[in-house]
Amino acid sequence: MTTTPVRTIAPGMPLPLRQRIRLWIESEPVLAYLFMSPGWLILLLFMSYPFFLGIWISLTDRTVGLPTGEFVGLRNYRDLLRDGVFRLTVLNTFIYGFVTVPFKLLLGLLLALLLNQAFRLRNVLRAALLLPWIVPTALSSLAWLMLYDPVLSPFSWLLKDWGVVEGSIAFLGSRVNAIVSLCVANIWRGTPFFAVAILAGLQAVPHELHEAAAIEGANAIQRFFAVTLPVIRGIVVITTLFSIIWTFADFQLVYVLTKGGPANSTHIFGTFAWQEGIGGAGKLGMGAAVSLYMFPILAALSAILLRYVRSQET
Amino acid sequence: MAEVIYDHVTKRFDSVVAVNDLTLEVKDGEFLVLVGPSGCGKTTALRCLAGLEEVTSGDILIGDRVVTHIPPKDRDIAMVFQNYALYPHMTVYDNMAFGLKLRKVPKQEIDRRVKEAAEILGIQELLNRKPRQLSGGQRQRVALGRAIVREPQVFLMDEPLSNLDAKLRVQTRGELIKLQRRLGVTTIYVTHDQVEAMTMGHRIAVMNQGVLQQLDTPENLYDRPANLFVATFIGSPAMNIFPVKVVSGDGAYRLIAGEVTLEVPPSHRSRLADYVGREVLLGIRPEDLEVAVSNEAQRGDTVRLPVELIEPLGAETLVHLRGPAGTLIAQGEPRIRLNPGDVVTVRVRTEHLHTFDPQTEAAIF
Amino acid sequence: MVGSNRLSSRILFLYVPLALFTIFLLFPFYWMLIISLKPNSLLLNTKVNPLYLTEFTLRHYRYLFENTEFPRWAWNTAVVTFGATLLSLTCSILMGYALGRFRFRGGNLVGTAVFLAYLIPPTLLFIPLSQVVVRFGIYNQYWALILTYPTFLIPFASWLLMGYFRTIPRELEECAMIDGASRLQAMWRIVMPLALPGVLSAAIFSFTLSWNEFLYALVFMGSGQMKTIPVGTVNDLIRADVFQWGPLMAAAVLGSVPVAIVYMFFVDHYVSGMTAGAVKG
Ligand SMILES: Nc1ncnc2c1ncn2[C@@H]1O[C@H](COP(=O)(O)OP(=O)(O)O)[C@@H](O)[C@H]1O
Ligand SMILES: [Mg+2]
Repeated sequence: MTTTPVRTIAPGMPLPLRQRIRLWIESEPVLAYLFMSPGWLILLLFMSYPFFLGIWISLTDRTVGLPTGEFVGLRNYRDLLRDGVFRLTVLNTFIYGFVTVPFKLLLGLLLALLLNQAFRLRNVLRAALLLPWIVPTALSSLAWLMLYDPVLSPFSWLLKDWGVVEGSIAFLGSRVNAIVSLCVANIWRGTPFFAVAILAGLQAVPHELHEAAAIEGANAIQRFFAVTLPVIRGIVVITTLFSIIWTFADFQLVYVLTKGGPANSTHIFGTFAWQEGIGGAGKLGMGAAVSLYMFPILAALSAILLRYVRSQET
Repeated sequence: MAEVIYDHVTKRFDSVVAVNDLTLEVKDGEFLVLVGPSGCGKTTALRCLAGLEEVTSGDILIGDRVVTHIPPKDRDIAMVFQNYALYPHMTVYDNMAFGLKLRKVPKQEIDRRVKEAAEILGIQELLNRKPRQLSGGQRQRVALGRAIVREPQVFLMDEPLSNLDAKLRVQTRGELIKLQRRLGVTTIYVTHDQVEAMTMGHRIAVMNQGVLQQLDTPENLYDRPANLFVATFIGSPAMNIFPVKVVSGDGAYRLIAGEVTLEVPPSHRSRLADYVGREVLLGIRPEDLEVAVSNEAQRGDTVRLPVELIEPLGAETLVHLRGPAGTLIAQGEPRIRLNPGDVVTVRVRTEHLHTFDPQTEAAIF
Repeated sequence: MVGSNRLSSRILFLYVPLALFTIFLLFPFYWMLIISLKPNSLLLNTKVNPLYLTEFTLRHYRYLFENTEFPRWAWNTAVVTFGATLLSLTCSILMGYALGRFRFRGGNLVGTAVFLAYLIPPTLLFIPLSQVVVRFGIYNQYWALILTYPTFLIPFASWLLMGYFRTIPRELEECAMIDGASRLQAMWRIVMPLALPGVLSAAIFSFTLSWNEFLYALVFMGSGQMKTIPVGTVNDLIRADVFQWGPLMAAAVLGSVPVAIVYMFFVDHYVSGMTAGAVKG
């Protein structure tokens, strides 16, 4: 009534070895690790290895030019905590990392909302305004260096011309001035990134939602909070976290504009680590310790970011 | 062309057993339909045959070759996917020629075969188009054409018609049958649609939860379902099922449920012997319930039941009756005049009754 | 009435803010350009308005090519950029494909690891990495950068490509494999052509990031002839507080032009890569 009897297969010979090896290699897990191996080899050699080596170096008094140093325990870390310059560095990094971000976010959001309007040359403008983010930071920082020049600054010239100030402004001459100047240059560089990321989010806001809200009598500002903001919230949070991490771990802008000066008062972690470890005395151990002081903060930010990304995926 | 054998094939995904000990033989040139509800393991069974999934245990034969551990490209099969899987960056011609080029078939031969297949399918004008410039039906044809030019030993088709609209589906169904009969290539066709299964297959394999339920011709499947699952899965509207009690007396066996009493035809009696005094499940297909508006007295093959609802479908009318245990659906005359509440006499074609063991759900007769 | 109202509100709320943004964001480039073309006499004359060019000269550019190592720096930058991009792209295509396509134990974990690797900044690693570079005997060689840039390029590009590969239906490859392709053939002939926009995005990004990199180039190739454009310009053209602003700005312009050109040609790829990488995570 039901299934016809089937000719079954005699329990056959075991597979030849070559075929079994090929089967094993072509199975997905094996192939996956095979495909990933070149990338991981590079990451292990030039990322994981130096990371752990860095922890070791930070516990020694190794210097540039000498093959190894003495193990000194946590002395480098302790010395740093007592070092006024380092404490100022920590403060600067936090100011630089956390104060610039709200400005970048706000300006970026505003710019994104503007670029999301329909007007002629919109695409040209969108492309052009991303330039600060594209070009080599070290080179654009040179332009800022000149814009901040004590003698040749066009800002000083203009303000003098308008009669606002008497003499030239020392943009990089004092700690406060220098930090404000650094922040402005950083905001200049980072705003387009926020703008473009948020713009991509804005373009995902369904048109019908706006129309529906408009029909219900919501004005532009109400529509922004009710319709637009919820859609772009994920992008805003993630972009902000990225920006904090990058700003926190910056190097080039400060290196080019102040090299940490005047009188070591504007260092951030990156430039101070460079000065301690490579540039000045070449105290590798000390420099590595400076870098590693960044690690807990970066790890915390990364963890928040990772959790957030995960929650967005599901 | 070749036969295909599944020999105790099991495929497990972590905890899910998608195909459970499937043993099945497809004859050379046969059109075999694999049917079952969604998620029952049809696609997985097909993908095992194609080599896209490694079987957990068991063996697969194509022709005289054990292909269990052979990569898809060397199995000499062609597959039509549900979403057609046309290569978006290639023209129709290149889509069809792709497999032949990989096999280093000479250029003229490729050209001849592609043109020939295109002619069979009536897609000669489309050869230079890209897939996105085609309608759903045209894409379906191209996918078929791509399988045909390969001249493989076996065609595998996974719900190839399910993305077409209803009318086109019926039309293509017919063409596909003709094409298969003409080419005579062994074909395994997966669908969840029992109408498609019944109209297309030489034989049909019904699956449920990874297990093969029955492999038979459409007629046998319909008239002699092996178990309750097959009985209710095949046929539309579905077979009416309700519990009845088996009673013997006066040299006859009767099936009793509430007011309803039916006499078992003599030919089936012997099978029921073990069930006397027990409950079994009775199955009656809607067309085996004949609704008459007369007032005849009740006999061994008639019951009187009140009408709940009338569904005129044009060619027939579905009459919902209040049965002893829930609604019974009967297939009535096209223009039958009835109203809800009417009590009608229903003649049961007792020679077409089905009964099932309530525990095992296997068919008794 | 209504029309003029709309127009004035458009000017107030759209064109004026846009103009302010444009000035803020593009002024430094304008400045770069005019200083690079300005004769020294004009530059040092603080009486005249510095925002205009009344006359211009190409002297600074000539100086750059004749009196400095700039051509050599450009060559170095190009070699490193192409090397690092090629290497990273190869590794990332394979890794992205594995992460996006294959089902394997630990796949999610590896994906997370790649994401975290993307967040590790050069400033955290450059000191021990300099020791690694010395130990491997590639200090002050092209390999020093070609092999270290991938540490930040591979995580990003793999992540981006993983997303791209996931958008390509699996059936296409499966169909190709049934049609007679091996897995590698299916990847090469079916998946790669379809993933081309993603690969292009990853390539452009790698190019830009390599071209712009500063810290590793400064530490691992910062001496002698091996400097890249950013490092050479910043370190060699600024000597002892005597700023040669003309050549400096000329170098800044020339060093920015290649990325700007690549970017202008592929804005959309760039933007989509940026949003895919940064936003989707
Ligand atoms: N790759 C897979 N991983 C895990 N489970 C799977 C996979 N493919 C199919 N399954 C499971 O196997 C069962 C059968 O699936 P499938 O063969 O696709 O059913 P059908 O084609 O009959 O609808 C389902 O329960 C499904 O969830
Ligand atoms: Mg299926």
